[in-house]
Amino acid sequence: MYAIFRKELADHLSSKRFVILFSLVMLSAVFAIYIAIQTIRSVVGPTSESIFLKVFTTSGGNLPSFLFFLSLFIPIVGIALGFDAINNERSSGNLSRLVSQPIYRDSIINGKFLAGLAVLSIMIVSVVAIVAGLGIRIVGVPPTGEEVARLLAFVAISIVYAGFWLALAVLFSVFFRRTATSMLASLAVWIVFFFFVSAIAGAVASAAIPVDANSTLEVFAQSASLQGALSRISPSTLYGEATIGLLTPEVGTMNSALFVMSSYSGRMSNPLPLQDSLLLVWPQMVTIIALCAICFAASYIRFMREEIRSI
Amino acid sequence: MGQLVVETTDLTKMYGSFTAVNKINLRIEEGEMFGFLGANGAGKTTTLLMLLGLTEPTSGTVRVCGKDPARDPLEVKRQVGYLPERVGFYEELTARQNLRFSAELNRMPKKEAEDRIDAILGTVGLGKVMDHTVNTFSRGMKQRLGIAEIWLKEPRLAFLDEPTTGIDPNGIDDILKLISGMSKRGITVIFCSHILPQVQKLCSRVGIMSKGNLVADGPIELLGQSDSGAGLYRMEAEVDDPRPAVVEAVRCVKGVQQVDVVERVLIVTADSDLRGLVSRAIIDGGALLLGMRIEEYNLEKIYKRFSKEA
Repeated sequence: MYAIFRKELADHLSSKRFVILFSLVMLSAVFAIYIAIQTIRSVVGPTSESIFLKVFTTSGGNLPSFLFFLSLFIPIVGIALGFDAINNERSSGNLSRLVSQPIYRDSIINGKFLAGLAVLSIMIVSVVAIVAGLGIRIVGVPPTGEEVARLLAFVAISIVYAGFWLALAVLFSVFFRRTATSMLASLAVWIVFFFFVSAIAGAVASAAIPVDANSTLEVFAQSASLQGALSRISPSTLYGEATIGLLTPEVGTMNSALFVMSSYSGRMSNPLPLQDSLLLVWPQMVTIIALCAICFAASYIRFMREEIRSI
Repeated sequence: MGQLVVETTDLTKMYGSFTAVNKINLRIEEGEMFGFLGANGAGKTTTLLMLLGLTEPTSGTVRVCGKDPARDPLEVKRQVGYLPERVGFYEELTARQNLRFSAELNRMPKKEAEDRIDAILGTVGLGKVMDHTVNTFSRGMKQRLGIAEIWLKEPRLAFLDEPTTGIDPNGIDDILKLISGMSKRGITVIFCSHILPQVQKLCSRVGIMSKGNLVADGPIELLGQSDSGAGLYRMEAEVDDPRPAVVEAVRCVKGVQQVDVVERVLIVTADSDLRGLVSRAIIDGGALLLGMRIEEYNLEKIYKRFSKEA
């Protein structure tokens, strides 16, 4: 498996596809930190805590934060690295030659997945490290130990989230013979999860529990709760909640209703210690890990059961 | 009898209710060049895949190089080279890099692999393009690279599945020479094809598959004899005057079954190759021998007959 892993890693790192995507992610990260630093002074007071982490979460007016850019690009890079993992080998006639070599068949899919994950990890770690470095240099506030730990947890969950999209793309590459089909299928799932699920959840929640200007806070909270629960179908929502919980210690709940109410009242809870924040986002983290594992297991089983004739 | 490298007993593969391979019993000895014939869908590739351990038999047993491919796939794959019908390589890598990767998969020591890769690529005629990326290669060049990969591995047994499909005539000759070279290196070759003249040129023994059954298995000569009828040889002797005394002299040769005369040609049917004795009898009978030939066994004829019977 190591030979395949090494080859795939080298292929990814030297591919134009990766260079373009990495440059794009880097550019948006630098852009996002520029926006954050421009506006960071207005969002933090002299007694504010976790200033360092705000570099990652602060947006500027209509311009999005680093966190948003990362949640946008991670699926795209994950899909780009995995959508042709198996079907491209099959259509080039490489797969039947490869499986006749003295290696176990699962080494192929394992090696490819791990290489993709390694590339994603390299990308995420380096982007976060650059943003953190620029943040320290420009804001001038060094991170505390807890902030570093939060950042590490954030990197870890980002890698797992990237792994989910990679595994999904690999799954489609096992199912579909044409690379164009597997890419379109992966992008379609991403578009639905990223753009439509929250809108659909909002529409369903509004239809089930209508809210207007005269609605009581309780009705409003019920509608927000329902919308939040429905939105969690999407891994993008789960990742968003997990990262907000990790990088914003003031967030004390993942209950949409309570979150909305506390925001409206202007009373955010006291910053939570890391352990409590982890407990708070634990369900989201576990679900993302499970989704990643399910997608990879499905592609693994399908690949292993596939008749070589069709390979 | 040499050591058996392939041995199957009642090997069967079913896809649902469809029987792709039906109880075939195949024995191939070390060093043999075995032609595996059959129309598309006859079950040749399925049999090869079972021998390689890439698909599991529904029933029956397989031993390849003394191992069971289903239980010991890595050991079998280590000793077997496979050239699929449409061989593919990493297009963005050079020929040398592709072979380096194969060497790595076969856990070959780096230094040894480097030395052998250059030599082998030279032998298969890719020495000048070994540092060119494979996407610039023709189909014939890719097949040669496939053969180079097998040589690099130094297997005991090589499966070649339609290795000349889609290659121009000059390229075919080159590929056939390389395959022949493989046999000279002591590699047992199973040559799968439905291009019969190529098989006849290379192989001494053939197996014919039809609708999943192994309908014939043996040396071409032997299958040809049974084609002429009951294991008999047919010789044609052209003489200046086929007078009765000459015909009688030939008929008296031990082993001769029948002598027919067509114009100036004596058609002799015998139970073995008696060209020497028949020539002497003709000369002793007082006739002038103008020419003598033994009927060559036409694989196409043999193949058609067995396929038709099946």
